[in-house]
Amino acid sequence: MAERAEITSFRGAWTSLWRNRIGILGLAMLLISIAVAIFAPWIAPYDPKAPVRVTIDDIYARPSAAHRLGTDDAGKDVLSNFIFGSRVSLIVGFFASFISIAIGGTIGIVAGFYGGRVENVLMRLTDIMLVIPDLPLAVVLVALTRPRLLNIIFVIGILGWTGTARLVRSQTLSVKERKFILRARAIGAGNIYIIRRHLLPLVLPLMVANTVLVISLAILNESTLSFLGLSDPTTLSWGQMLNFAFTRGAMSSGAWWVLVPPGFGIVWVVLGCTLLGHGLEQVLNPRLETHHLAVGKQMVARREVGMP
Amino acid sequence: MSAYRHILNKVSWAILTVLFVIVLNFFLFRILPGDPARAGLRDPRLTQEAIQAIRVRFGLDKPVINCFQTLNPVRLGDCAVNPLQTQFFIYVGNLLRGELGISYHSNRPVVDILGERLWNTVLLVGAGQLLSIIIGILLGVLAAWKLRTGIDYTALVSSLVAWSLPTFWLGIILLFIGSRNFGLPIGGKITVGANFATAWEGWLDAGRHLILPTLTFTIIFVGEYMLIMRSTMVDVLSEDFILTAKAKGLSAFQVLRDHALRNSMLPMVTIIALNLGFTVAGAIQIETVFSWPGIGQTIFQAVGRRDYPMLQGAFLVIAVSVIFANLAADLLYSYLDPRVRAG
Repeated sequence: MAERAEITSFRGAWTSLWRNRIGILGLAMLLISIAVAIFAPWIAPYDPKAPVRVTIDDIYARPSAAHRLGTDDAGKDVLSNFIFGSRVSLIVGFFASFISIAIGGTIGIVAGFYGGRVENVLMRLTDIMLVIPDLPLAVVLVALTRPRLLNIIFVIGILGWTGTARLVRSQTLSVKERKFILRARAIGAGNIYIIRRHLLPLVLPLMVANTVLVISLAILNESTLSFLGLSDPTTLSWGQMLNFAFTRGAMSSGAWWVLVPPGFGIVWVVLGCTLLGHGLEQVLNPRLETHHLAVGKQMVARREVGMP
Repeated sequence: MSAYRHILNKVSWAILTVLFVIVLNFFLFRILPGDPARAGLRDPRLTQEAIQAIRVRFGLDKPVINCFQTLNPVRLGDCAVNPLQTQFFIYVGNLLRGELGISYHSNRPVVDILGERLWNTVLLVGAGQLLSIIIGILLGVLAAWKLRTGIDYTALVSSLVAWSLPTFWLGIILLFIGSRNFGLPIGGKITVGANFATAWEGWLDAGRHLILPTLTFTIIFVGEYMLIMRSTMVDVLSEDFILTAKAKGLSAFQVLRDHALRNSMLPMVTIIALNLGFTVAGAIQIETVFSWPGIGQTIFQAVGRRDYPMLQGAFLVIAVSVIFANLAADLLYSYLDPRVRAG
């Protein structure tokens, strides 16, 4: 029973996602960036780690046939750095959001399912964490633990779970009241069993949609921390490229080719996640969207209309 | 009666959150590695007397808290020590007296520096928020009214794109274009070394410095306000009293202004409050890019200089401001919507 519900909901989600153009566009953007990150060594014209012999003319050199996006403050090829930089953004995005979703999902399900004092304590904790501004706290934590990739992932992960916890809790609350949960309990099913077999399949699709949005937030946070100078010095990231460019004279040299690509990369990945997330949300939570002042076709479900 | 209890409840939660932040702020800097005052003590060239002098100057000779001499590495200490003689309570006592320590970098009290800079941040954030809220509401109403038309889709897609922009990058690009092509100042609050004949000219100069940061702020935040306004407006516009108003023969503009807008404003208050954390994040990035002398730039500089008392103080000031601004929004909300108080 539960298994069928799970499959139908996922398959249903998939087919209607196909009809949702905005979600597909986001998915395509995301897949392209993942492909670039995986095949970086084959796509990039130069190896960013290889030492280069630099003359004064190689610093902030304009785009040319040898360097299609010019060179940076160290005379390195911007295009290659840009291609390799995608790796850190995606790695941090995926792993940090995995931590966030795990914490937020557990807190949300436990709070919603058990209720009472447990719920009270957990949701108050969530409220407190929600009010404390993330970025300053992340800056403090990363600055104190030293900027290593693992630390950055961990810090972004443990600060990004509040939204998920609230979302999962409210979904759990509504699922908990359904008849089949009561029936499962009546035939003697335990809490863990009910959560695993009946609750999780119905909460999971929403969590997947949420994950995509959490990834985009994590990527934005990572690039911001890197821009503020809190990046792992041993890895190359888009935020770090912007930090170097900004603090090492790209503005006064007029070197737009160092400033534009990394930002474009961040926008590309984050927009891909955002579009996919919104697409999934519309698929999983279709709402009738019309009102008394609207013109044209009335009472059409949002998911059937799609968006341009 | 119930209204008072509601207010009391909100206020006590805000105070509890502030206490949580104070405790967090203290122990983070004691548990995690990286404080140069302590790292410096391991320098083998220092004499015993010098180490002792540094320890006394920064209060490190006292136990962190009862039973613990230090927390990193964990070293147990005397449990029977007078709590007021522990680092934690000395820290709390200093806070109560309004002291946040001395900056490692400038050797000035952190409070003085933050006090000068807080108002610059408030000015920047205030201008940016005001503009983005007004424009966001107008665009949201327009998009909801023209639901599923070109205007609606354009507004939706552009707000999603704006949401995906890293704030600091948008700032860099605007700074690049604005300073090169439009002759706008490259940063700071006033032109350095300029002599202004009248106060008005000084204000004008500061205004010119505010243009680009405010524009960045507005572009980043207008999208979210627009999305919220749009969805609330769609909900309100599908209510029956809108149909009634329309049936009375009111024009669409009258329905929007007199019936729909008022009822859509409540969720905006909540969103503005919830957004304060993002606002702070935006301010840190924008101030860094535009060298705006506010709290955000202070955090950036403190990280680069390993000026930990400054970082600790700035974090506390930001967190406490956000908590109290949230409280204000909560109370405003219950004032605007009596149902909250009654419930």
